[in-house]
Amino acid sequence: MKIEEQDIIHIAELSRLQLTPEEIDKFGEQLGTILDYVGQLKEVDTKKVEATAQVSGLVDVLRTDDVKEWDKAEVQNALQQGELAGGQVKVKRVL
Amino acid sequence: MQLNELTIEEARAKLDQGEITATQITEACLAHSKLLNPSLNACLLIDEAGALVAAQAADERLEEGEKGGLLGIPYFCKDVIMTKGLKTTAASKILENYIAPYDATVIKKLKAAGAILLGKTNLDEFAHGASTENSAYGTTKNPLDLTRVPGGSSGGSAAAVAANMCLFALGSDTGGSIRQPASFCGLVGLKPSYGRVSRFGLLSMTSSTDVIGPLTKTVADAAMVLEVIAGDDELDATTLPDAIEKYSEPGQAEGSLKGLKIGLPKEYYLKDLDKQVMARLKEAADKLEAAGAELQVVSLPYTKYGIPVYYLITPSEISSNLARFDGIGWGLAKHEAKNLQDFYKTNRGFGFGAETKRRIMLGTYALSAGYYDAYYKKAQAVRTLIVNDFAQAFKSVDLLLTPTAPHPAFKIGEQVNDPLAMYLEDVFVTGASLAGLPAISVPAGLVEVEDGKKLPVGAQLIAPRLQEKLIMLVAKVLEKK
Repeated sequence: MKIEEQDIIHIAELSRLQLTPEEIDKFGEQLGTILDYVGQLKEVDTKKVEATAQVSGLVDVLRTDDVKEWDKAEVQNALQQGELAGGQVKVKRVL
Repeated sequence: MQLNELTIEEARAKLDQGEITATQITEACLAHSKLLNPSLNACLLIDEAGALVAAQAADERLEEGEKGGLLGIPYFCKDVIMTKGLKTTAASKILENYIAPYDATVIKKLKAAGAILLGKTNLDEFAHGASTENSAYGTTKNPLDLTRVPGGSSGGSAAAVAANMCLFALGSDTGGSIRQPASFCGLVGLKPSYGRVSRFGLLSMTSSTDVIGPLTKTVADAAMVLEVIAGDDELDATTLPDAIEKYSEPGQAEGSLKGLKIGLPKEYYLKDLDKQVMARLKEAADKLEAAGAELQVVSLPYTKYGIPVYYLITPSEISSNLARFDGIGWGLAKHEAKNLQDFYKTNRGFGFGAETKRRIMLGTYALSAGYYDAYYKKAQAVRTLIVNDFAQAFKSVDLLLTPTAPHPAFKIGEQVNDPLAMYLEDVFVTGASLAGLPAISVPAGLVEVEDGKKLPVGAQLIAPRLQEKLIMLVAKVLEKK
């Protein structure tokens, strides 16, 4: 079942994705097909089943809340890949 | 035999005996890579200068008498793993000029061990795919047949090893991305248990199933790589504290599988499975039986829900993990946008390829108001049933034997316009990923395709969590000619 154009536009907005009219049309079709397929999960009775979020078998992995030093040059390199102004990461106007 | 054609084990012996140097193997790999890469497109970056410096350092350590492990062994790394000072693109336009500021934990470990990084390999953008056709930098070709895909998403790594450009390569496996290309390229591909290898520095796709692992020419080589890259890491809270075993040393007399029970899950051997694939799997089962293992048919009743569960959980995690790519701080930035919203939307709309956008959209849909319970939560619940299926099976058998992929490598372009068909490629590999279990693909022989060509297919072994050593023992029997 093809997803309506207005729904695709809404999801694209939530996803922060600029889509072309061709993409909106194509994704409507493709997402519809995929959702029909994954929809077969509806037939499984999961009323008494607890959801699995992770499979590591680990429980409560905690550490002390202290600041650890990181290599200064690496930090510098990490920060220098985007637009900077006065040593600060520059962001577009929000308002 | 050329030096780049050696297995790790063979090169190890020659290096330790002083017959060859790390620089010689590295030069052989570099020359071969430069020769073949224009036709295969397996590598996105060949770091010749860096590799030669690392080889020189390895030779100095060898001269001082250091031996063993991966010292002096050249490898390629999937370009979704951070390598300090080198471009790390995830085969995406959005990271076209991104230089990794630090090394992933696996790269740090390999550097400390003296392994030599040759460069970075191609993949489906952000590891989203099963053919390497979703790369923003062109499709990788299967070295065994240039008209076919190498599998994916670690297709560049698989092609590089199969073409002898390196002695091994690192891949990542989220829902089959090491095992399926190994099957298509006639290699060994190991997906360790979830948490056995640190994900720190791996660009996150599906955080709850992502694992880094090796693609190698032999099972012994996979064990040697795992010994170096495995282990607890304080930078990844999901790594397991359990001790690293000597995966390269089998626990019982090598070649003997006496006392082991191998399960054949009937849901993986459906009637419509390719007859030749079925025949190769039968031969694999016979080999295990001849080595003393007992075969037993088992049932994993929720197998058919593996793909639907995987293709809800994966896009959901992708939609949140890839939210960080917004053009601020790093990555592609289209400055003509007027405000912040437009800036995000243009960077992401222009920077991501079709499949990545599709997955972000699908995940956003599955997590959005009104659909969360019906899709995401439902998938997490069915995931529990899949996990329980395996637990139940492992009460009666030690290990499972299944096909890795439903067929050999397919033609380039054959499925590229049908996303659902591409998702179905993962039918035999998502289960172990969703349950976090270790699994390996081992070459199971050849099947004939049209025009009389013969191509490899893999057999998959799946074991209980942290049973990598058991996997190696059985996989070694499988790979014997």
